[in-house]
Amino acid sequence: MSVAVPRTLDEAIELLASDPQATLLAGGTDLMVEVNLHGRRPTTVVSLARVPELSMWRIDDDHVVIGSGVPYAAMENGPLAEVLPALAEAARTVGSPQIRAAGTLGGNLGTCSPAGDGLPVLAALDATVELVSAQGLRSVPFAEFMTGVKRNSARPDEIIRAVVIPRHIGWQGYAKVGTRNAMVIATASVCLLRTDNRIAVAMGAVGPTILRAREAEDWIVDQTSLADRPSQAVIDEFAERVAAAARPIDDHRSTAAYRRHAVRVLARRLLERSYR
Amino acid sequence: MTASSPTSLDYRLRVNGREHLVQDSWIGESLLYVLRERLGLPGSKGACEQGECGSCTVVIDGRAVCSCLVLAASAVDSSITTVEGLGADGALSDVQQAFIDAGGVQCGFCTPGFIVAVHHLLANTPEPSDNDIREALSGNICRCTGYGRILDAVQQVVVRRREAGTAS
Repeated sequence: MSVAVPRTLDEAIELLASDPQATLLAGGTDLMVEVNLHGRRPTTVVSLARVPELSMWRIDDDHVVIGSGVPYAAMENGPLAEVLPALAEAARTVGSPQIRAAGTLGGNLGTCSPAGDGLPVLAALDATVELVSAQGLRSVPFAEFMTGVKRNSARPDEIIRAVVIPRHIGWQGYAKVGTRNAMVIATASVCLLRTDNRIAVAMGAVGPTILRAREAEDWIVDQTSLADRPSQAVIDEFAERVAAAARPIDDHRSTAAYRRHAVRVLARRLLERSYR
Repeated sequence: MTASSPTSLDYRLRVNGREHLVQDSWIGESLLYVLRERLGLPGSKGACEQGECGSCTVVIDGRAVCSCLVLAASAVDSSITTVEGLGADGALSDVQQAFIDAGGVQCGFCTPGFIVAVHHLLANTPEPSDNDIREALSGNICRCTGYGRILDAVQQVVVRRREAGTAS
């Protein structure tokens, strides 16, 4: 039984290489709920909270690199929020200030819940996940990273180092529906990016992974120039096609029918908002 | 790395400026549990155990977090401040006094979490707007007061500190 608190990324990689079954701990906001309430019993834990390489972020000309250990609080306002407004909007909906001070984007990726608030942003903006291990570094597009409900393609010996998010010229926004406005897990969430010549739209909590509405994205570009606000009929049809791409289920949090309705409303709202 | 044996952990935590040795602990113990059950610091309260109520709020290395979601053994070499560490020598802090004066305490269960959250807010934002206060306290749930008097208490502290010329 041990809890390791490595102080460098190399040390963390080494620890995980020697025991790939070790439980990785980031902000603790998922793992500790499992331990406190759901009977999870870890035997070896590697905490990533003191690894400085994971807490760095950087804004380059064409992309933004956010270390997996950067807390959501750092994305709500300031330089990151200026270049990634959709991520800032998503970050502000995560839990409470206490949760956002601890919870990280890397933790969202490690857990890979379809309701993870940061994930639709990564899907819509075509982010890449950087994974490191003793074997070296590999970059995986988000769409290939998340493989199912709480499943991802990281190997047990790999650590999520950072997320690389391209800087798109255009409008981006995020919206979420839950049972109330604060401290809530998403019933449905949507992130929308609009550039001069395309729209990208990703949905959370309405399928086993974050879903892109590719058919709707292609359809709207064929209908209209995006330079000016499309007709209401086109916007409504777009929202309808986004909703059609959802694969929601009935569960303890909501119903499939309501979730599909919610993504329709959110997609329409975000597209309209992008022209204000 | 913390000392380890097949079945238990020993490690040190620095709480309110004092070093504490934690011995023979189970790996999954939360900081909240260790504070209350092992270190004799029961001020932090446990209710939801999942980060929703804020009753267990403590400050670790300058961040206000829920101690129920902190793996205690991972908090080594951190500076941890609990509600017990806010007033000088056991006296009430100005925030605690203002909660009493404003009637911001009823059953009192949530109060320690609020007190820590308010100290943290005012340390970083000495002149908060009403929205700043509401946002900073949005992770703390109170089922008695309806929050109005808690917000009043925070405003009282801001005014008193301003008048006293002490920004923190």
